[in-house]
Amino acid sequence: MINRYNSRNIEAICIPLAALLFSLLLFGIFCAFAGADPFGVYASIYRSAFGSWRAFQNTLLRAAPLMLSSLCTALPARLGLIIIGNEGAIVVGGLGAVAAGLTLSTAPPTIVQVAMAIAAILCGGLWIGAVGALRHYRGVNETISSLLLNYIAIALLNHLVGGPMRDPSSLNKPSSYPIAQINMLGDIPGTRVHYGLIYGLVACVIAYFLIQRTTFGFAARVAGGNIRAARIAGLPVGKLTMMICFLAGSCAGLAGMVEVAAVHGRANESLNANYGYSGILVAFIARHNPLAATLVAILLGGILASGGSLQRSHDLPDATVLVFQGLVFLVVLFSESLYGRFFKEGSGVRGQRSAVTI
Amino acid sequence: MSQRIYLSRRQVVRGLLATTAFGVTAKLGTGCTPTPETQATTAGSGDNPLVIGFIYVGPKDDYGYNQAHAEGAAGIAQLPGVRVVDEANVPETTAVEESMRNMIEEDGVTVLFPTSFGYYDPHILKIAQEYPEVQFFHCGGLYQEGVHPDNVGSYFGYIDEAQYIAGVVAGHTSQTGRLGFVAAKPIPQVLRNINSFTLGARSVDPEMTTQVIFTGDWALPVREAEATNSMADQGIDVVTCHVDSPKVVMETAQKRGIFCSGYHANQAELAPQGYLTGAEWDWTQVYTNYVEMIRAGKTLQNGGIPHLVRGGLQDGFLKLSPYGNAVSADAKQSADAAKAEFMDGDMIVYRGEMKDNTGKVVIPAGKNFQQQDQELEKMNWLVTGVVGNVSS
Amino acid sequence: MDQALGWWGVPLAIAAGTLRGSAPFLFVSLGECLTEKSGKINLGLEGTLLIGAMSAYAIAYLTGSPWLGVITAGVAGMMLGVIHGWLSQQPRVNDVAVGIAMIIFGSGIAFFLGKPFIQPSAPPLPALQFGAWSNLPQVQSALQISPLFLLGVAIAPLMQWFFRSTRWGLYIRAVGDSPDAAKAMGISIFKVRMLCIVAGSFLAGIGGAYLSLYYPGSWNERISGGQGLMAVALVIFARWRPMQCLYASLLFGGAQAIGPALQSVGIDSYYYLFNASPYILTLLIMILTCSPKRTLNGAPGALGQ
Repeated sequence: MINRYNSRNIEAICIPLAALLFSLLLFGIFCAFAGADPFGVYASIYRSAFGSWRAFQNTLLRAAPLMLSSLCTALPARLGLIIIGNEGAIVVGGLGAVAAGLTLSTAPPTIVQVAMAIAAILCGGLWIGAVGALRHYRGVNETISSLLLNYIAIALLNHLVGGPMRDPSSLNKPSSYPIAQINMLGDIPGTRVHYGLIYGLVACVIAYFLIQRTTFGFAARVAGGNIRAARIAGLPVGKLTMMICFLAGSCAGLAGMVEVAAVHGRANESLNANYGYSGILVAFIARHNPLAATLVAILLGGILASGGSLQRSHDLPDATVLVFQGLVFLVVLFSESLYGRFFKEGSGVRGQRSAVTI
Repeated sequence: MSQRIYLSRRQVVRGLLATTAFGVTAKLGTGCTPTPETQATTAGSGDNPLVIGFIYVGPKDDYGYNQAHAEGAAGIAQLPGVRVVDEANVPETTAVEESMRNMIEEDGVTVLFPTSFGYYDPHILKIAQEYPEVQFFHCGGLYQEGVHPDNVGSYFGYIDEAQYIAGVVAGHTSQTGRLGFVAAKPIPQVLRNINSFTLGARSVDPEMTTQVIFTGDWALPVREAEATNSMADQGIDVVTCHVDSPKVVMETAQKRGIFCSGYHANQAELAPQGYLTGAEWDWTQVYTNYVEMIRAGKTLQNGGIPHLVRGGLQDGFLKLSPYGNAVSADAKQSADAAKAEFMDGDMIVYRGEMKDNTGKVVIPAGKNFQQQDQELEKMNWLVTGVVGNVSS
Repeated sequence: MDQALGWWGVPLAIAAGTLRGSAPFLFVSLGECLTEKSGKINLGLEGTLLIGAMSAYAIAYLTGSPWLGVITAGVAGMMLGVIHGWLSQQPRVNDVAVGIAMIIFGSGIAFFLGKPFIQPSAPPLPALQFGAWSNLPQVQSALQISPLFLLGVAIAPLMQWFFRSTRWGLYIRAVGDSPDAAKAMGISIFKVRMLCIVAGSFLAGIGGAYLSLYYPGSWNERISGGQGLMAVALVIFARWRPMQCLYASLLFGGAQAIGPALQSVGIDSYYYLFNASPYILTLLIMILTCSPKRTLNGAPGALGQ
C-alpha cells in the first residue's frame, strides 16, 4: 500500500484500472454476441451498482459478508496455508449465534448481541482452528480438510434445523426458532445497510494492523515465508498456525452471526449462500491484503448487484453475471503479472496504453 | 427496529464509506464515460401498462418448479397492457430484497410475484412494509391477518388432488403393491403430496405401501437417481417425486423399466413406456385471474383481492398429464371418477379417523378436513401405508 | 421382478452406485493428478466438468451421436485448460486463484450456452451388460457398465505406468518436483505444464460427458453438485498416485448411494449425516493416516509455490 517510488504508485492505480477496462471490453463483446447492446449494458451495470446512493447501498449490502468471509482465507495465506473452509465456518458461526441468542433471549439486547457475536467467533474459530490443529499435529492437508468440513457443516446445519433445533411453526422452510426482534442488529442509521458492513470494515482494518504492524503478524509472515527457517529461529509454528486459523475462522463465524442477527433472524439453509466461495476469490484477488479485500469485496458486490438489471433490462440469462464475474477476475489476475513490466525502460503513459490494448 | 447509535465511530465510518465509494465509482465511472445515463423507468408510462415482477429462486428452465412459474409469467406477458420483468437465480438472502426494491424503483413494478417459499419471511414482509402501495403475492406463504402487512397476499394450489388421482392410477398399475416417492425435504407441502398419493393408491388396494426417500435438498440429480435405483432394487414398480426438477427421476425409472408419475410439468416424453400420468401446475390460469382482478380495480389493500387464494382442479390451478399407454381402462375409469369428485368439490381426502404410520391418531373420528382447511398446510405426519419418517 | 432384496439391497445398492457414480470422480481426479504432478493446481475442474457436461449433451442432441458428444466435451475442456495453463503460469499469478475464477467463468459459460439444452433429450451413451448370468433384475441392472467407466479404470494403471516408466513421465515429475533441475535438463517447464493441464482438462471434460450422457444422464445446472471440487481434493487424499485415485473415486461413488439405500430399507433418520458420510469418512482416514513427521509421500515439490 505504501510505495516509495512514484512509478509504483502509477502502476498500482493504472494496472487495476486498465484490467477493469479491458474486462469490461471483453464482456461488452460477449454481450454483443449474445445480442445485447454493450453500451446499454455498461450503463445498466454502472447505474445498478454505483450510479446512485440507493444503488450503492445495494453494492455495500452484498459486499459486507464478503469482507469477513475473505479474511478466513487471507489470514492463513500469510502463513502459507490455503484454507477454503469459509462456507463451513459461516454456517457454524451462524448456528452458534442462534444458539446463544435463543438461550439468552431474556437478557438486555446489547448483552444478547455481544453473546451472539462471541458464540459465533468461538464456533467459527474452533471450526477452522481444528483445521490448523490437524495440520500441525497430524499433518493433514488444510485445503482438503477445510473443504470437507464445509460439507460436514452444511449437513450439520440441515440436520439441526430439520430436527433438534427446528421450530415446528417453520413450515415449509425448516428453521430454528427465531431470535427476538429486539435482539436483532439494526441498520446503520440513514441507510438500509446493516451493521455487518462495519464489522467487516473494522475486522479488515484490525487484521491489516495485526499482520503488518505487530510482532505476531511479523512472526506469521516469517513462518509463512519458510516454515523450516522459522522453526530454527525458535518461532512457535504450531501455536502460530492455530492462532491464525482460529482468527480466520472467527471472522467467517462473525459473518454467520451477521447473517443470522441482521438478515434472517434464525438459522436455516439460507446461511449457506455461497458467501464462503466468493470470499476465497476476494482474498486471492486482494492478494491476501485485508485492506485491499474491502475494495475487492465492494467491486464484487457491485458486479452481483448489477446481475438483476442485466436480466431485466437486457433480456440476458441469469448466468450472464457469472460470465462477467469470471471475466473480470481472470483479467484482474492476469494483470498482476504486469507489475514492474512497464517501468524498466518506458514511461508510465506508454505502459498504461499497452496494457489496455493487449 | 433497534437502531443503536455509535456517535464517535459513525463519523469514521462515514468517512471510510465515502472514500471507498468515491474510489470505486471513479474507477467504474471512467469505464463508462462514453455511455449516457438511460432512463428505463419512463418506458410507456403514458398509457400506464401494468408492470409485474417475477422472481425465481433457480434457473427459469429447470423442467420443474421454476419453469412452471416462468411459463405462467410468459402466459400473462401475452396479455395486452401487461409488461413482465423477471429475475432468475435469486437466493433467499438480502439479494431478493434488493431485487424487489430495484424492480419497484427502476422498472415501476406495482405487482410482485416472488415465487420461492423462502422469500416470504423475513424478506417480503420487510419490503412490503417499506412499499405499502405495491402488492406482493407470494406462492405458498401463510398470510396471517393482522400480523402481516395488508399489501401481502399468498396463493397456492392443492396439487395433492392431482397426486391423489396419480395414486389411484398407480394403485391400479402396480404389480408389487409397492410405490416409491422421491422427496426433497419433510415439509408440509411435500408430506401432503406423499399422503395424498398414498391415500389415492390405498383407495384402490388398502394394502398398498409407499416407500419415501428424502434426498435432503431440492436439486441433487445424482442422489435422486440413486434413490430411484434403490427403489427399483427393492421391488418398487411405480415412482413419483417432489423435487425441483423431476427429469432425472423419470429418466431413471424409464431405464429401470418401472412406471413413473410426473410432477410440476408434463414429463411424458422422458419415459414414453412407463409414464402413467402426472400432477401439473397451471399457473397461467392463476396469474391471469390476478391480472383480471387488478384490472378491475381490486387490490389487496381495498379488500377486493383475498389475501389467501387457494385452488385445486376445480379452480383450474392444476391439471393431469394425459394418461400413458400403460394405464388400463379400469384405472382410467376410477381415476376419472375421482377427478369428477374433485371437480364437483365432493371429494374429501382427509377424513377421520386417520392414523399416521406410527399408529397415532392424527384426525379423530368424525372430523373431516376440507381441502381449504389451514390445518392441512401444517401437516407433519405420514399416513398409514407410507414407509418413512418425518424427522431428519 | 417381484423379488425384494431387503437388507441385501444395501450392499448391492452401494456396489451398483460405485459402478454407476464413480466415473466423474475418476476422470476429474486423474486429470487433476496429471496436472498436479507437473506442479500446478487446477481447482477450476469443477467448471470444466460443467462445460463438458453441457457441450457433450448439446452435441449429442444436435448430431444424434453421443460419442461425438464425448469428444466435444474433451475438446471444450481443453479450451478451458489452455486458459488456465497460460494464465496460471504468468509471473506472480496464483494458480489456486485462477482455478476459483475458472470455476465461475466455466460454469457461467456452461449455464449461458446450456439454456436451450435443458429441455430436449439427448441420446445416452450405450451400456455394456455384464449381468446376463444372473436372473435377478437388480443384479442385471447393477452390472450395466458404461464403456466410459471401463476406459477410466484402464487409464489409471496406464497413468501410473506412464509416470513411473516412461521418459515423458519422468519429465513431468521432474518439472513438478524440481523445476530448476528440469530446466537444466533442457525441458520447457511452460510447455510441459501446459500439456499436462490441457490433457487433465480433457479428462475432466470427459467426466462431464459421463454425467450428462450416462449417469444421471441429463443436463441441468445442478448436475455436478460439487463433484469436480471434491475430485480435486481426492487427489491429495490419493497421494498423487493414479491407482489410489481410482480407489478413492470408487469409495466416493459408492458413498453417494449409502443415504438413499439405507432409507429404502427403513433407516430413515439422520439422512443428512448419512449423506455427508463420504466427507466424514475421508476426513477420518486422513487424520488416521497422515503424520506430521514426514511430508506427504509423492507430493510434487513445486506444488503451491
